[in-house]
Amino acid sequence: MCGIIGFIDRTKSRMDGSSIKAALSLMNERGSGDGAGYAAYGIYPEYADYYALHVFFDDLGEPKKKVDELLQQSGEIVHQEEIPTTPQPGIKKVHIPWRYFFKPSEDLMSGKMASEKDVVTYLVMEVNSNVKGATIFSSGKNMGVFKASGWPEDVANFYRIEDYKGYIWLGHNRYPTNSPGWWGGAHPFNLLNWSVVHNGEITSYGTNQRYVEGYGYKCSLFTDTEVVAYLFDLLGRQHGLSYEMVVKALAPPFWDDIDRMPAKEAELNKAVRLTYGSALMNGPFAIVVGTENGIVGFTDRIKLRPLVVGENGNRLYISSEESAIRVLDPEVKKVYTPRAGEPIIGRFIE
Amino acid sequence: MTLGSVPSKFKVSIDRDQCMDCGRCIENCSYGVYRREGDKILIESRKCTGCLRCVAMCPRDAITLTEKPIDYRSHPLWTREVREDIIKQARSGKIILSGMGNARDLPVVYDRLLLDACQVTNPSIDPLREPMELRTYIGKKPSKLNFRKTESGDVELETKLAPNLKLNTPIMIGHMSFGAISLNAQLSMAKAVTELGTYMGTGEGGLHRDLYPYQDHMVVQVASGRFGVNIDYLERGAAIEIKIGQGAKPGIGGHLPGEKVNEEVSRTRMIPVGSDAISPAPHHDIYSIEDLVQLIRSLKEATEWKKPVFVKIAAVHNVAPIAAGIARSSADAVVIDGFRGGTGAAPKVFRDNVGIPIEVAIASVDQKLREQGVRNEISIIASGGIRSSADLAKSIALGADAVNIGTAALVALGCRVCGNCYRNLCPWGIATQRPELVSRLDPERGAVQVSNLIKGWTYELSELMGAAGINSIESLRGNRDRLRGYMLDEEMLKILDVLPAGA
Repeated sequence: MCGIIGFIDRTKSRMDGSSIKAALSLMNERGSGDGAGYAAYGIYPEYADYYALHVFFDDLGEPKKKVDELLQQSGEIVHQEEIPTTPQPGIKKVHIPWRYFFKPSEDLMSGKMASEKDVVTYLVMEVNSNVKGATIFSSGKNMGVFKASGWPEDVANFYRIEDYKGYIWLGHNRYPTNSPGWWGGAHPFNLLNWSVVHNGEITSYGTNQRYVEGYGYKCSLFTDTEVVAYLFDLLGRQHGLSYEMVVKALAPPFWDDIDRMPAKEAELNKAVRLTYGSALMNGPFAIVVGTENGIVGFTDRIKLRPLVVGENGNRLYISSEESAIRVLDPEVKKVYTPRAGEPIIGRFIE
Repeated sequence: MTLGSVPSKFKVSIDRDQCMDCGRCIENCSYGVYRREGDKILIESRKCTGCLRCVAMCPRDAITLTEKPIDYRSHPLWTREVREDIIKQARSGKIILSGMGNARDLPVVYDRLLLDACQVTNPSIDPLREPMELRTYIGKKPSKLNFRKTESGDVELETKLAPNLKLNTPIMIGHMSFGAISLNAQLSMAKAVTELGTYMGTGEGGLHRDLYPYQDHMVVQVASGRFGVNIDYLERGAAIEIKIGQGAKPGIGGHLPGEKVNEEVSRTRMIPVGSDAISPAPHHDIYSIEDLVQLIRSLKEATEWKKPVFVKIAAVHNVAPIAAGIARSSADAVVIDGFRGGTGAAPKVFRDNVGIPIEVAIASVDQKLREQGVRNEISIIASGGIRSSADLAKSIALGADAVNIGTAALVALGCRVCGNCYRNLCPWGIATQRPELVSRLDPERGAVQVSNLIKGWTYELSELMGAAGINSIESLRGNRDRLRGYMLDEEMLKILDVLPAGA
């Protein structure tokens, strides 16, 4: 189960979180009250050049001291604070959500860590696998993930989601089987500016995990979706593939279809399958990924999970249910269901 | 001092009420167990190897075979086998030869690994109703792709792919040479792999001209004896395999007893009739990894870089770093042969004591290659004791790209695993060159049997994958998450990187 939703305004005109909350709550039948979350892009314009690190702390003692130290060694913290929350009867505050605005030091960027993003990736992996009581669950620029265990409306109210204004929104209503009750297991999963909401279960997780871990990522959050964020970072950022090509790698055409393609196209598709076979994702999934330049939605190759797309002018909606899109935008013009594996991409207009 | 005779291994008896005196047992037994005296068929049980040809051919089910009718006084340490080996060597002063694979009763890791299936949270996929992709490409793959934009704005592939073998199913047949096995046995398998769209190995015995029609599905082998190797041979193969070692006898070369070297074998292998073909333990031009690199490049140069080159090694203790060294060369695949791998002839002490199980070898090689970031550069082909589609699925889940089968294909041809392959008397016409025995194996029917076996396993693999919610073999490869260990110790689980059942 699980209900997902993705929204982009291509002109970067921002929308507050209230309607996303309403749309997500409409799909409560797809959840179980054990997890929900939001990702919003464009929410921290005043800190746009800094990485917004959202961290779950078990307490503000030892775990925070360690993260502070690590960040101070690696760069500059320009601002930090507890993420404002409002207590909700439906949410037991098991972690303290915190945010840092951080810039990695250039001194560190050499060898394997050639860029700011490499340093941030390293820090996320380091904290999440080695610092007990701390989890960095969001690490992009001018964006942030807000998630917890609870129903979507409770989580939204807890984080006061309507106070944030973003031009990309992702939402997730969770019916967990892997790790109920653990806030880190709620969606979206994020690394840098990649955020993933996912409905389904990845039967190729072991293969995908072994693949990304060969490139320095560490899967430490006990949920299969985590690996999707790393796959996008590896293929989309490190290998420089276009979003279309990443989706082609993760949900490629069947060999029978490739065999029928014109020679050049067949060769390209064959090369993608041979090179990125370990990145192929199997099992049922519908996924929306938030990125630096837009959103990408796609399903597994035999479409075992629903995905509906709606368009209205510069706004694109992707969701598990048409009804959720209609809550977001009663005037939505074009509503359709993409084919299995077909990428739906919404980009900003330059 | 006399050693006397040892108790015979088998006791053969005929139910005389059932027997119709047709004499098929006499005709079929190449070991001479049966003979006619007057109107009676007499039995010499001592000569029996347990090949069961007589039992299979008796039209009246009149033959009974009992194993170990007289046994030694039981002893946990001084087993029958140990005592007999000592007696044999006390008599001969020689190395004891044996056939087939490791015959010791050691735990089989495959049998302690369990596969996964979907329930509720993810649907299983029905291979009868949905596509199920088993197609496998063996060969080098780039670690990443580069694209360029054309003037018209189209995306074009910049990276060039190295030649790969396309397998319709991840099952190949390993290298069993003409010489070790008969031409009819090779023909049966060659027809089968050609029909199925997979490959078989020639072994270190050259390529008989009757196999030329199937050469596009044959991997030619360059082993330390270089038997049968010339440019024509290399050019005919779909791929070339350099054999460094084999699982049945790591560290030593091949053995083909002179009895099996008849005219045809002699011509194909380019050695004199009747001579023992003992290939050297090392290749005399490979004394280090860089020498291997040179040989790989020479073979590629000779065949204009059109063919993948595999390197086969026995699974020894240090297999992972060795494979990593091979992955750094221009080799396209590493073939790892586990300690249960079969053979036509091997010193028994090697067959039963040297090497490690293929299951752990796959796990550690896959892990090492990943740690070094070169897993994608090379394919892993696993062999040595793969008995069923379950072993196949588990091999792939541990990290292999494909498997080679050997004994299983021979059993499909009739082999009863009696282990006397080196004697040239195989009554099933498989491990023999005697024309009257070889003619018992009809290549047409043999091909159907081998092809049936591979088809059966392929269907089963599809079902296992579908049940696990996986519709493409890539997603099973290295997916150790879908394996659980049962009654395996903690250290073994760690090496296999598999959780225990229930976790």
